[in-house]
Amino acid sequence: MSGATETLYNVIRRQGITRRSFHKFCSLTAASLGLGPLAASTIADALETKPRVPVIWLHGLECTCCSESFIRSAHPLIKDTLLSMISLDYDDTIMAAAGEQAEAILEEARAEYKGRYVLAVEGNPPLKQAGMFCIDGGKPFVEKLRSMAEDSMAIIAWGTCASWGCVQAAQPNPTGAAPIDQVIKNKPVIKVPGCPPIAEVMSGLVTFITTFGKLPELDRQGRPKMFYSERIHDKCYRRSHFDAGQFVEEWDDECARKGYCLYKMGCKGPTTYNACSALRWNGGVSFPIQSGHGCLSCSEDGFWDKGSFYDRLTTIQQFGIEKNADQIGMAAAGVVGLSVAAHAAVTAVKRLTKKPDRSAPPK
Amino acid sequence: MRNEARQPPAVDAVPTERGIGDRGAYVYDAPVRLWHWVNAAAILMLASTGYLIGTGTPAMSGEASGNFLFGYIRFAHFSAGYVLSVGFVLRIYSALIGNRHAMQIFCVPLWRGCFWREVHHEIRWYAFLAVEADRHVGHNPLARLAMFVMFTQTITFMIVTGFALYGQGAGSDSWQDRLFGWVFSIWPNSQDVHTWHHLGLWVIVVFMLVHIYAVIREDIMSRRSISSMISGEREFRD
Repeated sequence: MSGATETLYNVIRRQGITRRSFHKFCSLTAASLGLGPLAASTIADALETKPRVPVIWLHGLECTCCSESFIRSAHPLIKDTLLSMISLDYDDTIMAAAGEQAEAILEEARAEYKGRYVLAVEGNPPLKQAGMFCIDGGKPFVEKLRSMAEDSMAIIAWGTCASWGCVQAAQPNPTGAAPIDQVIKNKPVIKVPGCPPIAEVMSGLVTFITTFGKLPELDRQGRPKMFYSERIHDKCYRRSHFDAGQFVEEWDDECARKGYCLYKMGCKGPTTYNACSALRWNGGVSFPIQSGHGCLSCSEDGFWDKGSFYDRLTTIQQFGIEKNADQIGMAAAGVVGLSVAAHAAVTAVKRLTKKPDRSAPPK
Repeated sequence: MRNEARQPPAVDAVPTERGIGDRGAYVYDAPVRLWHWVNAAAILMLASTGYLIGTGTPAMSGEASGNFLFGYIRFAHFSAGYVLSVGFVLRIYSALIGNRHAMQIFCVPLWRGCFWREVHHEIRWYAFLAVEADRHVGHNPLARLAMFVMFTQTITFMIVTGFALYGQGAGSDSWQDRLFGWVFSIWPNSQDVHTWHHLGLWVIVVFMLVHIYAVIREDIMSRRSISSMISGEREFRD
């Protein structure tokens, strides 16, 4: 725990990373954040001179896919630096310490960086039964989260679990799993949704906070604008096929082979805010649509409860039926149409039977 | 053949600029009639293109660079949406400055007992229980209720959700997103807004069915003129 005034640059040099690699990382980060040409040197300067922002990483109800994504951040340097930067403080999944020792480190880090650390939360707390569905260090996780949030500067809600609830919050949500912003209301919560979020989005966000010492600009739903201001659809390389009206109809048809738009196969790209189509995955290798599969909308609220991933129109589950908007609408229009026809028929019959009355003056 | 009892009820017998004698009244002034038909055309366009946007089109052959079918369909949808929205705003304006009938689809006296009695009578009339239809110069109370609930409110909902969804494509800096982006505070996942917007289409379709049937039926059964939305005059032909 000697890191109070240690800079990130000191840490990575100690890890044997060359200055050249360090500057390559700074340039790459500046480019991925969409900053100007001078920003690379600003980042390098900040990482060399500013004391690093301590990060404490907690795990609630989750699957660790966020951590798995994070440690695969494309540039080797990002992996090394950020992994070591975080393990210096607290991350119970990847730190060496365990048990009493780990808890001691957590308390120590909390006291030492009081009001300065960023609390990164992966997963979410279950609230039912006083939080008994997730016990961490002998206490319900929700208590640990509340007490650690108290002294933090800000909270990063990693992934869809922490941002929206994800599959453990799926109906009927037996454990009462709730997103972080429903539990912690007095601290800024940065949502980084995705199941998992893109590695470069995660490392880019941490680098932004470390570099500029402030939180990024957030959108209406609390997501960093730099990564979540556009939909998958807006930058999709198959967008020209969408505009042309060229859609895949079956997974193995000619159109699928030609790489047409997956809109009709239920691709949720048009309703999903994420950076997949711009940054892609695994070091820019690919992303789901490029691999021929529609977007599942994994970074959007409630994606786990919206019916099939392969339907264009969401299934509406009410009154025990499962139909989409078109099926319900057509049924309603059909019923009304039949009623109108029946009503017209009754009207005609009535009118024909009353015909003699009409010639006489009324009343 | 006619007597005073068959005259339109006094509550509707308002003086208008153009009286056409005791066999009818000038009901729908020119802006309302113009709006009605522009609005009807826009809704036809929006409903058909909206359905195609929801379901997709059969695949076009050839290169993507040589086709823009879905783009044109979406363009038609957005253009018609603008026409409908501007028309709706002007319609509200004309309701404020126009004659009292222009206000009928926006303001329904739900708090008045006599309104509900008239609605009850209309329901009896449509259920073949009442022998004589009430005569109303403008909309009958049941029609007013249906228009207010199924048309005015649905169209407002469609305009708001439509612009909110449009704002997603226009970007978070667009005026559409600034004005209507709050929709996504209610439904954070815009897939839900798509679903509701799509259900709204079907409410409008159902309204259209009932509306057109009721107009034609009233024209025959109550001996009133269907052409009132063209000429503005409602005749009582017997």
